[in-house]
Amino acid sequence: MIAPANSILSIRDLVTVFETPGRRVVAVDGVSFDIGKAQMFGLVGESGCGKTATCRSILRLFSGAPARILAGSILYNGIDLAQMDEHRLSDIRGAEIGMIFQDPMTSLNPTMRIGKQIAEGLRRHRGLGRRQARQAAIDLLGTVGVPRPATRFDDYPHQFSGGMRQRVLIAIALACRPRLLIADEPTTALDVTIQDQILRLLLRLKDEFSMSVLLVTHDLGVVAQTCDRVAVMYAGRIVEAANTQALFKRSLHPYTRALLASLPRDDGQALTPIGGAPPDLAVPPAGCRFHPRCRYAVDACRSADKVLATVADGHATGCIRFDVLP
Amino acid sequence: MNSNPPLLEVRSLRKSFEASGRPFVRFVGGRPRLLQAVRDVSLSLEAGETLGLVGESGCGKSSLGRCIVGLYPPTAGEILYRGTPLHGNTGGHRTASRRIQMIFQDPYASLNPRLSVEAALTEVLRVHDLVKGKGEIRERVDQLLLTVGLSPSLKAQLPHAFSGGQRQRISIARALAVEPEIIVADEPVSALDVSIQAQIVNLFIELRERFGLAYIFIAHDLSVVRHISNRIAVMYLGQIVEMAPSKGLFREPGHPYTRSLLSAIPKPDPEHRRRVVSLEGELPDPYAPPSGCSFSTRCPIAVERCRTVMPELKEHRARREVRCHRAFELPASTTCRYQKAPTASSSTTRGRKS
Repeated sequence: MIAPANSILSIRDLVTVFETPGRRVVAVDGVSFDIGKAQMFGLVGESGCGKTATCRSILRLFSGAPARILAGSILYNGIDLAQMDEHRLSDIRGAEIGMIFQDPMTSLNPTMRIGKQIAEGLRRHRGLGRRQARQAAIDLLGTVGVPRPATRFDDYPHQFSGGMRQRVLIAIALACRPRLLIADEPTTALDVTIQDQILRLLLRLKDEFSMSVLLVTHDLGVVAQTCDRVAVMYAGRIVEAANTQALFKRSLHPYTRALLASLPRDDGQALTPIGGAPPDLAVPPAGCRFHPRCRYAVDACRSADKVLATVADGHATGCIRFDVLP
Repeated sequence: MNSNPPLLEVRSLRKSFEASGRPFVRFVGGRPRLLQAVRDVSLSLEAGETLGLVGESGCGKSSLGRCIVGLYPPTAGEILYRGTPLHGNTGGHRTASRRIQMIFQDPYASLNPRLSVEAALTEVLRVHDLVKGKGEIRERVDQLLLTVGLSPSLKAQLPHAFSGGQRQRISIARALAVEPEIIVADEPVSALDVSIQAQIVNLFIELRERFGLAYIFIAHDLSVVRHISNRIAVMYLGQIVEMAPSKGLFREPGHPYTRSLLSAIPKPDPEHRRRVVSLEGELPDPYAPPSGCSFSTRCPIAVERCRTVMPELKEHRARREVRCHRAFELPASTTCRYQKAPTASSSTTRGRKS
């Protein structure tokens, strides 16, 4: 893959490991992708596939887990975040790259007023005074669709519903006008109608601030409805990357196809599950990691360890048999 | 009484909870706030039938499910199993409780972490005195595990050795152990990955056909519910707002809320991207539900009467019960919920297709 000139983030051969005594799990195993400017980039996969570890590697936010980046580069506007020292990285966090997490219930400080939590970032990164920060925070609450922002500024997190808390987290992430927003399963804990509101909000903000978004999700429906480009992860690796429409039109990897086939569909056809379970990342299978569950696997798949290769216009696959798939 | 009562009948069920944690209010003699989780719900279930129960979190679907299996005593109303009331001091409760089993959402929390699979299943068989003798129990455990697609060789393992999907299979085996007629499944696949979800949904369908089970399948994910249900009841703020055969409900929802809920499902098809928010606003405060129709505060077609007069749940068309003054009245334009995805150059298009 050649890094496009207009990409804001280029990850190359990223390897992230989790180490406990006597056990090393390679959660991210040679992942590469590029996120374009003002692009909504989807990173999709099932639990344990390494999608969260990938996006936490970008800002090195492992929240105490024994994880470290072993190899690879994370180029943000040409600077390698993987090599950057902790102090400089903390200036990037929040200011240049914002992040929102899955669980809006636990990501806010319960003892601090909502407005203060938003203003904190404004004062730290943008150097605003107290009054200016307050006004900016109220404006942000309005931007993310919190009704009566001036009154709600003084409320505590427990006075907000799940959907409203997620809006507050988005407001915090947006406070410093980040160029890139990492959203890790931002709607998984929410009801569909609220999910719909939040996704539409992200799309609007992406356009308004020409911000790039890395959207991590397990939901292919969410990807189809929002992302420009998508990468599919399986067992620590990206197995397919393509523009959203191309991926849904004709996927070039059996795993992506199996995922799509397992979705409930409008026509009421029986669901086609994927047999078996994802591998244990401490002892991953040799060759293609999906081969034990793949219906198209041949002998070569058990040994061939193909790297992701671009095989069509912007469409990359890790399957050696992509050209013989039906 | 009817000579041939339905397998399960719920009549005007109500379930209220008192808000806790307001000791001062109580101390000064104030009345505790009352949360009406289930407000006047009636439904029935026939043998072998699957009723899907959907709605957003807090709509009362789980409370209703828990009342049905007897985990919560109802505040008012009746639940009849083959015509016999379940609650109150009738001797029939023990038998009935065996006939109605529940499966929970979180397979990590619903199994005792210290009991091996075999011990967990044996306990159930012993408590209900269903199988006598060690040999027979062992045989029955193996048979149950095979039924849910697990190898009996795994039975000595503790729950932590199993994946989420396998744990859900164990929960199903445990429910099946007592030979139930009805299984209330509360979000049984929500915690699972899509590929595993499909395995478990297919298992539910297979078991229904094999044992003639009736399900009450509670979920917030309508696309899953549609696959398994014959009928679907949609709940909003403790009430059923629509009840209909699945196909009809999806083809033409009668209640504006159902329509919003359906359109909010992200369709896995990038060629058809929806451009409008499916439903604005949030659930009203359940402690103080709106007067009139509960949905009137968010409804796109609400009129004055909706805000003052609570609509009844009634049959507007054959087998189509809707609680709405303007059932089936949504303007045609809102039916076209999806719009062709714009090309990159015209991404600013807004509004719906008319």
